[in-house]
Amino acid sequence: MIDDNAVVTVRDVHYAIGTHVIFKGLNVQMRRGAITAVMGPSGTGKTTLLRLIMGQVVAQRGAVRVFGKNVARLKRRELYQLRQRVGLLFQSGALLTDLSVFENVAFPLREHAHLPEPVLRELVLMKLQAVGLRGAAGMMPAELSGGMARRVALARAIVMDPEVLIYDEPFVGLDPISMGVIVRLIQSLNRLLGITTIVVSHDVREIGAIADYSYLLSEGEVVAEGTPAELNAERKGVVRQFMSGTPDGPVPFHYPARDYFEQLLERPDA
Amino acid sequence: MRAADRVGNLLHRRWMAFDALAKIGAVSLFLLRLLGQCIPCLARPWLVVQQIYNAGARSLVIIMLSGLFVGMVLGLQGYDLLQRFGSESAVGVVAALGLIKELGPVLTALLFAGRAGTSLCSEIGLMAATDQLAAMEMMAVDPVRHVVAPRFLGGIIAVPLLAAIFNCIGIFGAQLIGVTMMGIQPGTFWSQMQNAVQTRDVNEGLIKSVAFGAACSLLAVYEGYHAEPTAEGVGLATTRTVVSSAVLVLLLDYILTAAFL
Repeated sequence: MIDDNAVVTVRDVHYAIGTHVIFKGLNVQMRRGAITAVMGPSGTGKTTLLRLIMGQVVAQRGAVRVFGKNVARLKRRELYQLRQRVGLLFQSGALLTDLSVFENVAFPLREHAHLPEPVLRELVLMKLQAVGLRGAAGMMPAELSGGMARRVALARAIVMDPEVLIYDEPFVGLDPISMGVIVRLIQSLNRLLGITTIVVSHDVREIGAIADYSYLLSEGEVVAEGTPAELNAERKGVVRQFMSGTPDGPVPFHYPARDYFEQLLERPDA
Repeated sequence: MRAADRVGNLLHRRWMAFDALAKIGAVSLFLLRLLGQCIPCLARPWLVVQQIYNAGARSLVIIMLSGLFVGMVLGLQGYDLLQRFGSESAVGVVAALGLIKELGPVLTALLFAGRAGTSLCSEIGLMAATDQLAAMEMMAVDPVRHVVAPRFLGGIIAVPLLAAIFNCIGIFGAQLIGVTMMGIQPGTFWSQMQNAVQTRDVNEGLIKSVAFGAACSLLAVYEGYHAEPTAEGVGLATTRTVVSSAVLVLLLDYILTAAFL
């Protein structure tokens, strides 16, 4: 299914690091203005998919297109131009530790926009107000809690008014209140500003509440896709296990190993 | 079995040689990329100034203390040696030439590698480990221009300045021993020094310290930028910075000294 309205199209992507195969024929697309969720168990290459979309790594086969351009073929300058239209929120926040909250948010503007100081100040304060942290403008990243750091990173990601906003595991390690705040922010930024949103996460419940369309990745390919309701109704074993959080099933609890008793009974020096 | 071992050893040595060559190649390529970003990074001069402060001003105490002791030792040894020939008044010349041509640049560079090189390396390594460099890339800002180049330039500017300060304090230390303790005439001490030290000696020291500054900073930023993003990886990179900086400084010192003679 190819959609003219797709902002990001990943087609038949094969990617491996050494002998470790991560994707074997991945097909995903993100539509303009929608919230698309990419879910899957840990280690299925969700973050790698983001790195492919941002042009940080290049697929061995297949094409990743963003705004219709094949990111693997772009020169550094073109890639940087593309990245100015895409915001990325890192799992850790990745704030610059030697700059204050205000300067962190101002950083992309100072680098790319060359605005007069009063305009820049207003813009930064507006974005900080949007994430509820205008009062923390003078603080340093080390003084922030995990949730606050992620909100500052979000303000920094939206300060250049991107057309696409990508969130890498935005809910990991957050308390329920911070998590609720982030969920609401993701949703309101998408609805109010029309930002195309891609969320990589394994928090089924939070994502289910806001996603328009979801992909479930497992073992290098898409095992299920559809609206949250469709995924919930899916009967396939892996999907059921993931959506309901059962510890054992098609995705085994045990990492592949030799026979347990055989290993216990053998002499260690044999 | 022995033959196989011998072949294995030979291959292993070959591999080590290949590794070393590959590393020299990688550092050279990184240097080219870095040099390409040095001019653009000057568009934000305060970033470089900040690094001169971080690498230079913060190393002042250790440089001054070391300079003082090295100068005092030169004064003592020089006096002891020269009085055997009855020319103890030349202590100032010995100390000044020794410091300006050799000890100043070399010891400053070694101290710089230990004090500032390690902190440059671990700072960049930790920035990589905490995704800060990747975040810059994603904000369409080249981390080599914004983070690495200012630190590299800061090191190149800071080391000659530090070496100059090291030399001055060292000469003061030698004067302290020679004139104040051993009773050499101050006029003799200073005038002999003035006559013996030529501009080309100062130039030699200056060129050496710029080269050492570039070498130490390059290795520090290279190791930091390519450190594995783990606690162990950053630690190992820091160790490699000090070891390879020390060896490279001494090697460069030999080459430059030979070139100047």
